[in-house]
Amino acid sequence: MTINEIQDQIIEEFSIYDEWLDKYEYLIELANTLDVIEDSKKTPDNIIQGCQSRVWLDAALDNDGTISFRADSDAIITKGIIALLIRVFNHQKPDDIVNAELYFVDEIGLSANLSPTRANGLVAMIKQIRYYALAFRALEKK
Amino acid sequence: MDINKIRQDFPILNQQIYGHPLVYLDNAATTQKPQCVLDSIIRFYTTYNSNIHRGVHYLSEKATEIYEQARQKVMQFINAKSRTEIVFTKGSTEAINTLAFSFGQAYITPGDEIIISEMEHHSNIVPWQLMAGRRGAKINVLPFDNNGELVEGALERLINERTKIVCVTYVSNTLGTVNDIEKIIKTAHAHNIPVLVDAAQAIQHIKIDVQKLDCDFLALSGHKIYAETGIGVLYGKEKYLEEMPPYQGGGDMIKNVSFELTTWADLPLKFEAGTSNFVGAGSLLTALEYVDTIGLDNIAAHEKQLLEYATEKVDQIGGITVYGRAKNKVSVLSFNIEGAHNYDVGMILDKLGIAVRTGQHCTEPIMKHFGIPGTVRASFAMYNTFEEIDKLAAGIERAKKMLVC
Repeated sequence: MTINEIQDQIIEEFSIYDEWLDKYEYLIELANTLDVIEDSKKTPDNIIQGCQSRVWLDAALDNDGTISFRADSDAIITKGIIALLIRVFNHQKPDDIVNAELYFVDEIGLSANLSPTRANGLVAMIKQIRYYALAFRALEKK
Repeated sequence: MDINKIRQDFPILNQQIYGHPLVYLDNAATTQKPQCVLDSIIRFYTTYNSNIHRGVHYLSEKATEIYEQARQKVMQFINAKSRTEIVFTKGSTEAINTLAFSFGQAYITPGDEIIISEMEHHSNIVPWQLMAGRRGAKINVLPFDNNGELVEGALERLINERTKIVCVTYVSNTLGTVNDIEKIIKTAHAHNIPVLVDAAQAIQHIKIDVQKLDCDFLALSGHKIYAETGIGVLYGKEKYLEEMPPYQGGGDMIKNVSFELTTWADLPLKFEAGTSNFVGAGSLLTALEYVDTIGLDNIAAHEKQLLEYATEKVDQIGGITVYGRAKNKVSVLSFNIEGAHNYDVGMILDKLGIAVRTGQHCTEPIMKHFGIPGTVRASFAMYNTFEEIDKLAAGIERAKKMLVC
């Protein structure tokens, strides 16, 4: 699926929730199913330090030219949002990630969590995902 | 004390957040403003607005009068000896930075020592570190125990002939502990060491008498006691304020300026460079008058009941760790749901209309002491009710159910 197809799917999934806490319940459920980064990869290099919650992110370029991401957070709702971001960007081509427009977060009402003033590390995480894509794209072109 | 009547004085409280009535429990961060304070700000701008201490005209004189009335009110409120001991700042942080700089210039030489406590807000740590770096001084730390009380006898052991100042908070913003500041001051004074009391979290809960305490310096913030943000006070004994050089230079703080020699204005203006927040000072005047009409003792008694009730409710839930079990506490309740991250708890409470603070509360050393990333902090003020605490407890139970498997 393309990045936008996955985003649309997520928007569809969230459309059934009217209540905030139901959304959070679903995010917690997603967090619990996230294939998290191994503890050995939770290195200072891979940490994205928010003031209130921490996020770890690691990426690898697979043989088929797509990137696989793994991440984790110590806060579970943040981790649920991470699970969504990973779902959107995992196994996508570097070019597609670099050019992607991320709109699902707004659509499902979680944009407050991605405002730069929120100290949860998510904004930095998205930036980091793009950096990985840029770096892998540069590698491929070599 | 009629809480419902008091609540009517605070228009912000009467609103819905995500479909729930607002439960504002973040008062240690900032308090809400009564209508009279809001009115005083509008009145200032609509009738007196004019720069102070400068103008020959009517409005300027009027504005100056209110500014100086505010100083007089603060002087009475903390029972200072003289208005020259009341320096307006933009808050406690600026008060402590002013003191750290000026005290350092006047009295600190390489090898000197400063004592602060392990439970200080970053505002009472970092200014001293900056000064210590500039002056070659060393910082010693007064520890606290697991109840959140300063360790008995530790101050005596830390004091030596190089100790130049002791800087301790009256009340911990994270643990709620009320420190035995009187004893600390007596101990320090027995060695002729001056003491700064950080009263940012005390002024709104405890009647402060600087002459009785005999503290040498005291810092406070207006916005923590129902006034506007951006106004605070540095109290200092006159002899120190006279001896210390100014912190910042600019207008209002000078007597004469020439390129060869500039002389300082008399106290307290020597420490008030630039246009002061005179509207904020006016709002502080009104806020302190408002607190007087309610009575700080009445406020403290109500808040104590709220704290006791909240602690009991939270303990009843089970699986909650409370940080700060000092015998003498103000209405601050710091806790974690075991197995849940404070940030998640705060996010869930938020969606129930309950405003709490999460994280480290600008006290990283306290978090390090307990080995935790942060806490959830509920802090109560005069307008909070027992029903609101019931809502908090129900919210915590809901969060626990969602977050702890």
